Amino acid sequence: FTRTSAVADLYVPIRAGTDIALLGGLVHHVLSNELYFREYVLAYTNATAIIDEEFKDTEDLDGLFSGYQPEDGSYDPGSWQYDGAAAAAAAGNRDAGTEQDGQHHKDSAGPDAYGSGGAPIGAHAKRDESMQDPRCVLQILKRHFARYTPEMVHEVCGIEPAVFARFADALTSNSGRERTSAFAYAVGWTHQSVAVQYIRTASILQTLLGNIGRPGGGILALRGHASIQGSTDIPTLFNLLPGYIPMPHAHHHQDLAEFVAADAGSTGFWGNMRDYTVSLLKAWWGDAATEDNDYCFDYLPRLTGDHGTYTTVADQIAGKVPGYFLIGENPAVGTANSRMQRHGLASLEWLVVRDLVQIESATFWKDGPEIATGEQRTEDIGTEVFFLPAAAHTEKDGSFTNTQRMLQWHRQAVEPPADCRSELWFYYHLGRRLQAKVAGSTDERDRPLQQLTWDYPTHGRHEDPSAEAVLREINGTGPDGAALSSYTELAGDGSTRCGCWIYCGVYADEVNQADRRRPGREQSWVAPEWGWAWPANRRILYNRASADPEGRPWSERKAYVWWDPEAEKWTGHDVPDFEVGKAPSYRPPEGAKAQDALSGTNAFIMQSDGLAWLYAPAGLVDGPLPAHYEPYESPVRNPVYERQDNPAMQCFEHPENPLHPVGSEVFPFVLTTYRLAEHHTAGGMSRSLPYLVELQPEPFCEVSPELADLRGLMNGGWATLTSARSAIEARVLVTSRMRPLTVAGQVVHQIGLPYHWGGNGLSTGDSANDLLGVALDPNVHIMTTKAATCDITAGRRPRGPALLRHVEAYRERAGSRIDREGDQ
Amino acid sequence: MSGGRATTPVARTGRRRGRGETLMVPEAEFSSYYGRPVIKEPVWKVPDIPAYLYLGGLAGASAVVAGMADATDREALRRTSRVAAAGGALVSVGALVHDLGRPTRFLNMLRVFKPTSPLSVGSWILAPFSGAATVAAASELSGRLPGLGRLAGAGAAVLGPAMTTYTAVLLADTAVPGWHETHRELPFVFAGSALASAGGLAVAVDPTGPGRGIAVAGGLLELAASERMRSQLGLVGETYRDGRAGWVLRASRAVTAAGTAAALAARRLPAAGIASALLLNAGAASLRYGVFEAGMASARDPKYTVVPQRERLAQARQVSGAPPL
Amino acid sequence: MTERVGFFTDTSVCIGCKACEVACKTWNALPADPAQGHTDFELTGMSYDNTGGLGASTWRHVAFIEQPRPPAGPPAGSPAGSVDLGMPGLGTPDGDRSEIRWLMSSDVCKHCTHAACLDVCPTGALVRTEFGTVIVQDDVCNGCGYCIPACPYGVIDQRPGDGGAFKCTMCYDRQGAGLTPACAQACPTESIQYGPLEELHERAAGRLAELQEAGQTQARLYGHDPSDGVGGDGAFFLLLDEPEVYGLPPDPVVTTRDLPVMWRNAAAAAATVAGVVLAAFASAGRRR
Ligand SMILES: Nc1nc2c(c(=O)[nH]1)N[C@H]1C(S)=C(S)[C@@H](COP(=O)(O)OP(=O)(O)OC[C@H]3O[C@@H](n4cnc5c(=O)[nH]c(N)nc54)[C@H](O)[C@@H]3O)O[C@H]1N2
Ligand SMILES: Nc1nc2c(c(=O)[nH]1)N[C@H]1C(S)=C(S)[C@@H](COP(=O)(O)OP(=O)(O)OC[C@H]3O[C@@H](n4cnc5c(=O)[nH]c(N)nc54)[C@H](O)[C@@H]3O)O[C@H]1N2
Ligand code: SF4
Ligand code: SF4
Ligand code: SF4
Ligand code: SF4
Ligand code: SF4
Ligand SMILES: [Mo]
Repeated sequence: FTRTSAVADLYVPIRAGTDIALLGGLVHHVLSNELYFREYVLAYTNATAIIDEEFKDTEDLDGLFSGYQPEDGSYDPGSWQYDGAAAAAAAGNRDAGTEQDGQHHKDSAGPDAYGSGGAPIGAHAKRDESMQDPRCVLQILKRHFARYTPEMVHEVCGIEPAVFARFADALTSNSGRERTSAFAYAVGWTHQSVAVQYIRTASILQTLLGNIGRPGGGILALRGHASIQGSTDIPTLFNLLPGYIPMPHAHHHQDLAEFVAADAGSTGFWGNMRDYTVSLLKAWWGDAATEDNDYCFDYLPRLTGDHGTYTTVADQIAGKVPGYFLIGENPAVGTANSRMQRHGLASLEWLVVRDLVQIESATFWKDGPEIATGEQRTEDIGTEVFFLPAAAHTEKDGSFTNTQRMLQWHRQAVEPPADCRSELWFYYHLGRRLQAKVAGSTDERDRPLQQLTWDYPTHGRHEDPSAEAVLREINGTGPDGAALSSYTELAGDGSTRCGCWIYCGVYADEVNQADRRRPGREQSWVAPEWGWAWPANRRILYNRASADPEGRPWSERKAYVWWDPEAEKWTGHDVPDFEVGKAPSYRPPEGAKAQDALSGTNAFIMQSDGLAWLYAPAGLVDGPLPAHYEPYESPVRNPVYERQDNPAMQCFEHPENPLHPVGSEVFPFVLTTYRLAEHHTAGGMSRSLPYLVELQPEPFCEVSPELADLRGLMNGGWATLTSARSAIEARVLVTSRMRPLTVAGQVVHQIGLPYHWGGNGLSTGDSANDLLGVALDPNVHIMTTKAATCDITAGRRPRGPALLRHVEAYRERAGSRIDREGDQ
Repeated sequence: MSGGRATTPVARTGRRRGRGETLMVPEAEFSSYYGRPVIKEPVWKVPDIPAYLYLGGLAGASAVVAGMADATDREALRRTSRVAAAGGALVSVGALVHDLGRPTRFLNMLRVFKPTSPLSVGSWILAPFSGAATVAAASELSGRLPGLGRLAGAGAAVLGPAMTTYTAVLLADTAVPGWHETHRELPFVFAGSALASAGGLAVAVDPTGPGRGIAVAGGLLELAASERMRSQLGLVGETYRDGRAGWVLRASRAVTAAGTAAALAARRLPAAGIASALLLNAGAASLRYGVFEAGMASARDPKYTVVPQRERLAQARQVSGAPPL
Repeated sequence: MTERVGFFTDTSVCIGCKACEVACKTWNALPADPAQGHTDFELTGMSYDNTGGLGASTWRHVAFIEQPRPPAGPPAGSPAGSVDLGMPGLGTPDGDRSEIRWLMSSDVCKHCTHAACLDVCPTGALVRTEFGTVIVQDDVCNGCGYCIPACPYGVIDQRPGDGGAFKCTMCYDRQGAGLTPACAQACPTESIQYGPLEELHERAAGRLAELQEAGQTQARLYGHDPSDGVGGDGAFFLLLDEPEVYGLPPDPVVTTRDLPVMWRNAAAAAATVAGVVLAAFASAGRRR
């Protein structure tokens, strides 16, 4: 029960990690009571598609889908396909599907590679417009979710059927022609070992209710860090290139042709893959990139496997990683199993930390918790740490991309103090110096660096490169060198350059469109002239779905874009997310490619079949449909299936990462971590500010009066929380906002723990992440911070080496596992 | 884990709470915000302010006595009283200044004259009074300028009575329930104890003189007025009965009673005069301290702010016939 | 004097973000200070309130109250009066634990019409401004501390080390420049509304009606009534429970209301002193 719950119309208390059961219950409610938006579902979703007869559901295999490979805990998605539509390669990812190697797929590129679209599927599948065929998606859905009854929801989530009913009524009575409902989620949904399937369940629900592509609808990811959306669009992810173009794989993408081959044949806008990729290569290597040298495709780095954070950290500990850059990140506090992170950092040869303040990740070598326990001695740590002070957003020009995909420009307000420099300054000048170093080199491998276009106008005392010049490069330029205005102008013949195809248009007409600030009252309610949203300044994606198949608004109340028969074009309040001239009546000729293969009713244009997927025949590594699995650590056995946890879950079988047995009496309580309004994430930006510190001065955990009685915890007193990873101490806040839930017939106590604290700053304390283990969603490799188990006792934790003995004793008692539970 | 319920609705029963403290349920059912005071406790310090109150009273009454003694040629009594008036005034000024957050700005007190501010009015009484009393005492001790001394003494005598009672208004004119609710009686309580302390002194000097009457009348007035005060205080009266204030005031009463008796006895055995002086002054001083503490206690506990106000509202509603909230 | 301005703090939409507290401290360059009654920066154990109350260095204070939701009352922030979306609002009759409420309210100096602090200030440091607000002139205040126990709301306080008394100025310096006070400016929910008092009174009445329509029977205005003990507040509130639950006095009265009586009795008492002495000397007769 949070400050948000306090102002909500209905608060639904739920056990952490069980939303698939809740949302599945809603899907069941909608299907079994025929409450779905039938016309919408028929026209715009794959409800009618017939699935391959090879496909076996969790119903048949008690929690597993067909194609599971126990040996490496991965799926072969081969049998999940549409009937008659031989699975083509997945868009933005040439690994899945083509070669039947799920594990490898899982490693090198999860569906985060489908960021701007779905995984394509070849030609159009067999359909049953009556949706009666037992193998059609709607019927499969009905069977799959049949067991997600209100009673099951109660048993799994601890939600009273009465409360569930109120939720269900509120949602369904506010969906349909006249009304739409939206889901907003953040990391309560994403920090799960089944994160992607959480969102999938919501998508299925919203698609059934006709709440996608319409005003007031959607599933809104409330993204966290400023511009973290921007950092996935122009990615900081190891397996992506700008615009969700996948990072090529060392063994599977020898040349550009092979790389784009998969999509060249595909339908939907991913069909223009080559245009996007060539334009990107031209933006990077300019004139050096030519037809003959494959546009320098060979210069691109290649994937050899999973290079995600946790694998990297494991490699650090194994001594395989010499150096590391930490830019605006504080993993010594902020990342699950931060102990492991610190061990990793201590195993490096050199470490560069760019930050506003001396964060724990920069000082671990002298005052980290492992020094206190005697595990590490400063003099033994070989890591050479370079701390480079960074300029904050107020001290530099740049843009933020928010969750609406909207870029908003910000200008420098003050000069950065002393040696603080912007990211742009750092990378530009680093690049310059590196180029200078290799200028004379004749070594093949220096060529990419030598030929890299690295010429930005600079200004000011410190020669800061122009941020707008960078934005213009991202936007792209045409043959005449003028800024492009739309990604539809991109060509695969090297005549265009574009740093990120989805951002093409942000600098249209040589104007920084992201810098537009026309007040809402001076324009339409969609406010298209505030900032700029990708793609093409579209504010709602797939908005073709806001009109019926004939192109008329579903209702006047919810009119958004529509087909104007006189003018023969799409028009409305927003930029239509559809080819403006394509009439609703258009049907693709045989063998049509790319967008031409999509009909006038295929509203979901980034999908290869132009349909919203209720069932995902490709693209997910842990199943075509969501199923409830227990979190990696849980007090109960999975009440829904025999299978306990996500079969494809990515675990780190590492001595530093022991996990708790299911239903352990030693770690009987559910632990969930979260934020406070008064602090920011790992605390570097808030624990250093007196005005925030006084508002939340100490780390604390929240427990119910019942748990307090059970464990003798005093409000305002101290508690020690222990897991198999470590033990931390925190003040206790006893509150009826925390409440015990009855799950699968047993009482489950949840402990809430804000995770902002670490050893540095004005307000210091133990880090919640020392408690958490690493178990990742296999699709996007995200950690599970919302649902684990632990023990809690009154009083402060042991100090020094005694702490290690304390934890060791627990491990022995619990018999913690390092290997995966549930891999029978 | 009662402490735990600090953050739970139990807060509404007005239990005292805080880190893991075990709770006691006070008789009065009332709501509060985690048992925190509604008003701010005065920042006035001990002994500064109690001393200021007591000495002001002593000085004021002594000045009147000195004036009359002068008029009736009672040399010894005049001398002692003049010194007491001056000494009391100066030390009480000192105590007041010492208690200021910014003592160097003491003179800002005389920057304006505000009838709505007892402290302003008080300052305008205290300043000339201590001036006059000091001049009178100076000429008394030095023997110089007797004429001026007489004039100053007369001036001090005229201001004297005000000196003894404005401090009562000073306390009463606050939101402190233990003080404000006493605003009718407190002036008489202070007047009585001022008379008693000055009278006691007079008795010591001249056991057969007018001091006796003053001491006895003062002592009785002090006792009677405080009795009346306590009796009409209602719930807030607790603060005058319980805790430190409680026993200080009980002691004060006993001592004052004894002092009064001693004053009566002084006619026959002069030694009793000294005793009466000591007892009555001890009584007066402890009375001021007790009243001060009682007020502080009433400020600390939200009960004394909330409950009476609630009752007031309830009555008002009954009168106006409005439905209770 | 220009039109009187003030605050209407609608606690029913407060989300407890404390932006107002931070904005106030930032704008007024106030020192961070431990919670009221604490000597160090530590958890108070009072829900999410680690400020404790208003003080010399804390001119906005957000209170957090956890309590069972009254039987038939929608949650604080419910969009009362707006089209009924068939949203679940009314608490379940059984009043189970999912039906608790978390009240949040941002407190501030009330800028009373009859301000005791101002009345009793002996130096004239406390003054009424052209905006009808009450402020301390720091360069005049001598730290006598009289205003502190005089305030019926326990607002103004003395800053340790400094000795002076401090409280909300309603951002006098910003008002002068035609700006909105920092706290109101920072409030993301418009729980703090700033403007001409008249106008605010009307808005408040409207909002109250809405809420009561929506079944918020406990909603009430506080400090809006010019006939109350302080002649009405320049900063008034919409509360969802009794004032004392938020730490506010249920029936504040400006102490100086009784001042005439006090002076009369003081005079009478003083006269008694004179009388007693005279009588004593008279009866003791002249010295021979
Ligand atoms: N003041 C402040 N603002 C921030 C941040 C900050 O640190 N401080 N961080 C920013 C960042 S980086 C991010 S990512 C966002 C995150 O924003 P939020 O997602 O709101 O962050 P959390 O508080 O971690 O988690 C939200 C809620 O998820 C709930 N929860 C946990 N498990 C489950 C579950 O299984 N199901 C459901 N339904 N709920 C669950 C928790 O109880 C918690 O209340 O906030 C951003 N905004
Ligand atoms: N247990 C648990 N752990 C979690 C979460 C959780 O809910 N529970 N949430 C997770 C989530 S969603 C996130 S996003 C992460 C965040 O985890 P981190 O990103 O590791 O933590 P931050 O404190 O946000 O680190 C950002 C750092 O960037 C610095 N900084 C700010 N601006 C700039 C700049 O312009 N340049 C540079 N170079 N540095 C800058 C700040 O000082 C700060 O130290 O935490 C994750 N960890
Ligand atoms: S609330 Fe207190 S401090 Fe503010 S004006 Fe009224 S009396 Fe003065
Ligand atoms: S402390 Fe300052 S503001 Fe308060 S009454 Fe005394 S002089 Fe006036
Ligand atoms: S008005 Fe100004 S001084 Fe008063 S609380 Fe708001 S920000 Fe602080
Ligand atoms: S800023 Fe507004 S919403 Fe936030 S705590 Fe203050 S009053 Fe409440
Ligand atoms: S920090 Fe607060 S005000 Fe700023 S964007 Fe986030 S929620 Fe809104
Ligand atoms: Mo985040």
